[in-house]
Amino acid sequence: MNDTADKNPGAAGAGAQEDDVVLRVEDMSVDFRTEHGAARAVAGANLTVRRGQTVAIVGESGSGKTTLAMAVLGLLASNGSVAEGHIWFKGEDLGAVSPQRMAQLRGTELGLVPQDPMTNLDPIMQIGRQIDEGLIDNGLRTLRDARSRTVELLDEVGLPDARRRASQYPHEFSGGMRQRALIAMGLSGRPALLVADEPTSALDVTVQRGILDQLSGLTHELGTAVLLITHDLGLAAERADIVVVMYRGDIVEQGPARQVLTAPQHEYTKRLMAAAPSLASRRIEIARERGLDDVLDEALLAPGEEQASGATAAQDSAAGGAEPTPLVEVRDATKVFSIRGNGLFSRSKDFTAVDGVTLDIPRGSTVAVVGESGSGKSTLARMILDIEKPTSGTITFDGTPVGSGGHREQIAYRRRVQPVFQDPYSSLDPLYSVFRAIEEPLRAHDYGDAAARRARVEELAEQVALSKGQLQRFPSELSGGQRQRVAIARALALSPELVVCDEAVSALDVVVQAQILQLLAGLQEELGLTYLFITHDLAVVRQIADRVLVMQQGRMVEEGTVDAVFDSPSTDYTRALLDAIPGRDLELAL
Amino acid sequence: MLRLIVQRLLLLIPLLLGLSVLLFGWVRALPGGPVQAMLGERYTPEAAAEIEAQLGLDQPLIVQYGKYLLRLLQGDFGVSLQSGRPVLEEFFTRFPATIELTVVALVFAIGIGIPLGYVAARRAGSVVDHSAVVVSLIGVTVPVFFLAFILKYLFAVELGWFPTTGRQSATMIATHPTNFYVLDGLLTAEWDAAWDALVHLILPGIALGSIPLAIVARMTRAAVSEVQNADYVRTARAKGIKASRLRGQHILKNAMLPVVTTIGLQVGLLLSGAVLTETVFAFSGIGSFLADSVFNADYPVMQGFVLMIAVVYALVNLLVDVSYGLIDPRLRRQQ
Repeated sequence: MNDTADKNPGAAGAGAQEDDVVLRVEDMSVDFRTEHGAARAVAGANLTVRRGQTVAIVGESGSGKTTLAMAVLGLLASNGSVAEGHIWFKGEDLGAVSPQRMAQLRGTELGLVPQDPMTNLDPIMQIGRQIDEGLIDNGLRTLRDARSRTVELLDEVGLPDARRRASQYPHEFSGGMRQRALIAMGLSGRPALLVADEPTSALDVTVQRGILDQLSGLTHELGTAVLLITHDLGLAAERADIVVVMYRGDIVEQGPARQVLTAPQHEYTKRLMAAAPSLASRRIEIARERGLDDVLDEALLAPGEEQASGATAAQDSAAGGAEPTPLVEVRDATKVFSIRGNGLFSRSKDFTAVDGVTLDIPRGSTVAVVGESGSGKSTLARMILDIEKPTSGTITFDGTPVGSGGHREQIAYRRRVQPVFQDPYSSLDPLYSVFRAIEEPLRAHDYGDAAARRARVEELAEQVALSKGQLQRFPSELSGGQRQRVAIARALALSPELVVCDEAVSALDVVVQAQILQLLAGLQEELGLTYLFITHDLAVVRQIADRVLVMQQGRMVEEGTVDAVFDSPSTDYTRALLDAIPGRDLELAL
Repeated sequence: MLRLIVQRLLLLIPLLLGLSVLLFGWVRALPGGPVQAMLGERYTPEAAAEIEAQLGLDQPLIVQYGKYLLRLLQGDFGVSLQSGRPVLEEFFTRFPATIELTVVALVFAIGIGIPLGYVAARRAGSVVDHSAVVVSLIGVTVPVFFLAFILKYLFAVELGWFPTTGRQSATMIATHPTNFYVLDGLLTAEWDAAWDALVHLILPGIALGSIPLAIVARMTRAAVSEVQNADYVRTARAKGIKASRLRGQHILKNAMLPVVTTIGLQVGLLLSGAVLTETVFAFSGIGSFLADSVFNADYPVMQGFVLMIAVVYALVNLLVDVSYGLIDPRLRRQQ
């Protein structure tokens, strides 16, 4: 591994002056003390960041990319330490300086833009004060003139009405605004090196773009070197000069961004590239999964017919050749929530979450609903799941209105429609073993005796590629991908016809995401399932869906086959969503 | 904020109404009724009928309740059967003593509990941490009356450092304009009386504060352990701010959010009268008087005190909620 790593920094920096080097990490290893002895999180890392350069570290969670960056900032968790090697920052070895010196450097020479804007601001301190205190403690401003500087900084990152906003609290800010405040904070000391740890992965795509533009604009202007941590190859391709790929604590490959991404050398990088949800034609993806050459040929030879073929695919999997009725028909569905007023007697306000949506979900097809958070896509899903009742309009499932019958009909409906939720960490009961989690719906619906249930659970586990040994484990002992497999097995336990996946793969790393999507596609083939996919991730839509519905503020903006919507979006909003996907440049480059 | 206060005060009305129904029903449901309880051994059917007529107990229940409620609204809580003085007067004479005791217990519990919990969390796994856990376990598990006896025996009887019982030494001549003895001493410049009253509060205060101390220490430890690993604390460190600011402004202040709620609940409990502690130290607060009234079947006192304690408890909780809004901006209502 290391020979690749050793060769490349030189190649990357060819022609650059040696005194341009801001950060040079040399053979650095980071260990964490655990109950089972020392665990090595980063092994012998080498990398160089030059003035004004953006270096992206790419890898899955657990690959050591964040640990590497935190070691540079001296912010490792208390049980972590730099075990070997050096971190040269402007001639000082950060691995060897005192904690006091380190604290001095942070906030002046070293800045951080952290990952999650929701958890990285002190909830009970005004935003402005959180920036003021850094300026004051680092001796950059006095108590009196700190605030005016803070307002300048907030203004600089594009926060509107910065003076007023500075005296607000984090909960009064949207996610995007918080991230802007965190960028202002990270850059407040005009650091020579900024560590940006997944700076936008918690945000909606359209917001992401604006914030990344702001960040790269500012660092470019200030000549700040940036160490960008990301799991998103597209983003790395778009924003970085140098890409460093990490895998299980090792740097497996590094070099100029285009070179690494167009001609990956290491096996893992190749896998990462293949797994990245790209905008490559879905048809080719499917063909690759099925291994059917003729489908591939058809897709490659007849690109002009793509718009029509999406619908054909849906019909192919539907039973019989006759005109099929859709499994789910949503007609003009509207959901109005009344929000309680503040006072005891003040009137409640109405909020229309879903506004007149009409949608068909054909049998055996996959329909995706996309939109940003707050667009009403989850409410639509909840209505189809019969968790919420529509205020007006109708939803029919297999010819029967949803939520019409009595208690018994409702229970029968729950058998036929099953959800898979976003967060595989919180949607499984931590005290239930995998076996019990999958068995629970069988018990609830009186499925056979204990032996029959056991056989069914084992069959389901096999379908989702979980081993028998894993059935006795608990959720905390499983990885995110394994947990999502459990959630899928649980959803499939009662042989439902419709599976509603609410952001079912959003929390997973790309490689795992690809595996789960493949699993879902395979199960669809095998069991004739119908999927409703709720997602904000257009790249995922392209990979799995036949039809797509774009929602904005409760209304449907656009609906059609995936190819039609992606190739010729008819509204500005859809175009904006598509433009905002990181990695379109990568796509063009390939 | 004002709206919250008004809202909560309005909610107090149905609460007290419900409680008055319960208390009214409870006394009527006693075996033989209140009359038998009052007469005890002197009970004869004639005497009972006479008292019933005198007290209006021969009227329909709904009328009786209506009259009871009307009297309550006029501040008439009845007359103590033990002392013959109005219940409300008895309450307000003794309540200052209970407040004083509560304050001392709280100062003890918070003054030691928060630093102990903080240090234990910051040095998790150290000797300090382990001893904090042991101390708080002892605090919770040792019965209050036992601790009170031990303290009294050791420090009052054996060592003689503190007085054994009461609120003030019998030999101390002092004036009491407010019935807060320590405050009275300060107001009237009778320094020796203030000191004497304070010394009388120490042992009962420690006994009463032991459980809150343990709870506060444990809550603080848990909250600080969580907050010190929060993302925003790491981000604050990344800003290079001073360690003192990090501790005070970011870690401790955030960790105090759950602790304040706990303390508030404890204040409510302590103010409700520390029956056991007050009894052991013969401390004349509402707790010991309430206990006496139970033994003496003093129903007006029981009814009245319970109602007043409910009001105090509700008001203290309102105060806690308001203070919570002051610390946590997320809970402030926006217009």
